[in-house]
Amino acid sequence: MSLVHVTTKVNGDEAEFLCEPRETLLDVLRDRLGLTGSKEGCGTGDCGACSVTLDGRLVSSCLVLGVEAEGRDIGTIEGMAAGEDLHPLQRKFIEHAALQCGFCTPGILVAAKALLEKDPDPSEEEIRYWLAGNLCRCTGYDKIVRAVQDAAKEMREAV
Amino acid sequence: MALDGDKQEFRVIGTRPNRPDGLDKVTGKARYGADASAPGMLHGAIVRSPHAHARIVKIDASKALAMKGVKAVVTRADFAEGQKGGDWNILENCMAGERALYDGHAVAAVAATTPFLARDAAKLVEVEYEILPHVTDVDAAMQPDAPVIREGAANYSVPEGMHPNVVRFIEFGHGDVEAGFDAADLVMEQSYTTEATHQGYIEPHACLAQMGSDGRGELWCCTQGHWFVRRMSAACLGIEVSKLRVTPSEIGGGFGGKTTVFIDPVALALSRKANRPVKIVMSREEVLRATGPTAAASMDVKIGMTKDGKMTAGKAVFRMTGGAFPQAPVDSALACAFACYDLANVQHEGYDVMSNRPKQAAYRAPGSPMAAFAVESLVDEMCRALSLDPLEVRLKNAAKEGTKSSAGPTYPRIGLVETLEAAKAHPHFTAPLGPNQGRGIASGYWMNWGGETSVSLALSEDGTVTVSVGTPDIGGSRASVAMMAAEALGVPYEDVRVNVVETGALGVNEPTHGSRATFATGLATIEAATQAKKTLCERAAAKWGIDAEAVVWEDGAAKPSGPNAGAFPPMKIGEICAKMGRTGGPISGHFEATPMGFGGSFGTHIVDVEVDPETGHTKVVRYTVVQDAGKAIHPSYVEGQFQGGAAQGIGWALNEEYIYGEDGRLQNPVFLDYRIPVASDLPMIDTVIVEVPNPGHPYGVRGVGETGITPPLPAIANAVADATGKRLRGLPVSPPKILAAIKG
Repeated sequence: MSLVHVTTKVNGDEAEFLCEPRETLLDVLRDRLGLTGSKEGCGTGDCGACSVTLDGRLVSSCLVLGVEAEGRDIGTIEGMAAGEDLHPLQRKFIEHAALQCGFCTPGILVAAKALLEKDPDPSEEEIRYWLAGNLCRCTGYDKIVRAVQDAAKEMREAV
Repeated sequence: MALDGDKQEFRVIGTRPNRPDGLDKVTGKARYGADASAPGMLHGAIVRSPHAHARIVKIDASKALAMKGVKAVVTRADFAEGQKGGDWNILENCMAGERALYDGHAVAAVAATTPFLARDAAKLVEVEYEILPHVTDVDAAMQPDAPVIREGAANYSVPEGMHPNVVRFIEFGHGDVEAGFDAADLVMEQSYTTEATHQGYIEPHACLAQMGSDGRGELWCCTQGHWFVRRMSAACLGIEVSKLRVTPSEIGGGFGGKTTVFIDPVALALSRKANRPVKIVMSREEVLRATGPTAAASMDVKIGMTKDGKMTAGKAVFRMTGGAFPQAPVDSALACAFACYDLANVQHEGYDVMSNRPKQAAYRAPGSPMAAFAVESLVDEMCRALSLDPLEVRLKNAAKEGTKSSAGPTYPRIGLVETLEAAKAHPHFTAPLGPNQGRGIASGYWMNWGGETSVSLALSEDGTVTVSVGTPDIGGSRASVAMMAAEALGVPYEDVRVNVVETGALGVNEPTHGSRATFATGLATIEAATQAKKTLCERAAAKWGIDAEAVVWEDGAAKPSGPNAGAFPPMKIGEICAKMGRTGGPISGHFEATPMGFGGSFGTHIVDVEVDPETGHTKVVRYTVVQDAGKAIHPSYVEGQFQGGAAQGIGWALNEEYIYGEDGRLQNPVFLDYRIPVASDLPMIDTVIVEVPNPGHPYGVRGVGETGITPPLPAIANAVADATGKRLRGLPVSPPKILAAIKG
């Protein structure tokens, strides 16, 4: 099977890869580019563990083809911290014990960041509905919601 | 065992430091099962039966093997022969022998150079089946005309005349239940069912196997217990246990479902055949069809109660099916059924039944949630019939220290009454309800576990500490172990590093299961620290030229103590360790045991639901968990266990179920149709940590992981009954069932 050459940008860096037309963006990120922070929990767009941004829009990377990354700008969990400095969401997730096994965490952080960029002061209900596409089986979501609320508050106060 | 006494004042225990592995887990650096790769690695894919029950007539892999890039195909012939008992069951489940026993049962596997090729090749493996009659329902599987899953599988306990699918029979109790029922003012008997549910960990099973030409193997996998994986995989391959080295990845949830093997022996067999590393990653569909969900249950419960709420007798008859293999957790279900009650007369009967379903695996307090659903639903129904407060009735009958438990042994110190009192005092219990709302309460129990445990604690030259443990960190146990080591040694939390090490580095460890990691690994860590402290004191004594008995360890330093010790300034841990090479060699501590002082944990939950009379949809509007932790080492992660258990129980009560079609195939093997709770389904989950110390642990730890999934099933059903006036006795209480009940 012939491979397709794709030129894209991942977390601000130029990236090139070859992939089969049927490979998903998640396959490419994990297996071609070595970015294993995005996880596959279902492969059907139900769990959100593979959440990334595509030109700023939140998507399930298991539902996007690798070839669709051509000329786009992809954001993954690996690009969320600025060097040593964690994003406030990352810090608050640790402080609030908002992760147990941590497998859903990258996807939830990417999704929550997209929410706060859209709405810096979401209500509890808005957070819960926004994150309804990200399954967490460990926490019951309580501490996740609190961590997002606290991060949002800190980010608002920092402005 | 020399324990640290009843330590009451803590410096580190009970605080909420950041977990040491948090940074890797919020940045995507943590490496889970599917995140590893190896040079020359192949990818494995498994051929699975589309039939619930079929004889495998022929497997023809020639077309698959003819594909470019396909390097090996394995079938049962590539595994060991001659196992018996549990080992045979595990191998038979990992790779079918003569018959496929359930929809999704593995019958062959392929290794190829890419994951896509492997999947393509798996489709080209031609399997000829002779379809056999099947049965998936537990009650149907006991009927005389039910197809026999496997002749001769029943053990000695099964009375004559039972269907061959009944493979174990369990009977125990005490007192005289008939006399107890005669003494009651009200006797009620009802039947209950719960469908199989899945643990629903978000990380599918994944492993990377490499067998060397010398017959030794290495395995990387996501597991709750890598020594279990080593033993089971070695048995399936027919190699010595020590020839396999298993390294645990970070684990993306398990809840009991990752305490056994499914793909690991298959990847090893493929690697042995292809002589290259082989990685297998399950799809979600494979996880749901072919790993280990819970048993499905059909239960009869009978209770006698006086008109003032005293329970006079209880009888439970449970039938459970854990698939085409023995070991449905009917024994632990029965042991937990009446655990909350002080009953003079109690009788249990259990039937372990085989059917054409996947081999059940542990799921958080195995058996207890089903049992609680049946018993706590009936207790609630009887309280309503007698116009009694369900919480007062539970208090009146509550088991306490000295009570002969329904399972037999007399309880040591337990905290059920304390959880009931705390629930009663909680504002939630008396808060007003809105229209279409109802409130339910229920209690639950899990006995917890000790298990084989081996821990090593080593001091570095600068006095910092490395603890090597064998229990994978599934929800913050590195933090709790580091806190206990820091507490015991008197050093800062940040000076302790906890590593989960591979099977070659420690003696045997049971998995992170049975709510045992913080209890048993914690206890072993404290004991290892005690050993290290003894050596540290000896080194200081030698330096000072005094008896070691005249030195005590306080605040991370050796200090002279007693009338003849002399006056020396305290010698800090770093000071002693800097010179350890010249003063007698490395300083470490280790501990190996199977600690038996584990203490059971009770919980009481309060839930408010709102039922939409038009759609039958149930919304959980308020939820409170009260549970006895013994001692909460890191309260945030204890709360997290309470909340997570409650959420899983809510899912089991309201949505989740295995749905089998007439053809015996699982109809909902994707997350869209097997719907676990999402963020918008749940409210905040309030928690109250009760601390009734476990006398079997130096700091009082009981273990908190499992009990929390037990009360939600009946609490939700009781709340739905309160809201609608309709009692539903089959889970899940999904909208169609509620609607049918409301509309009559």
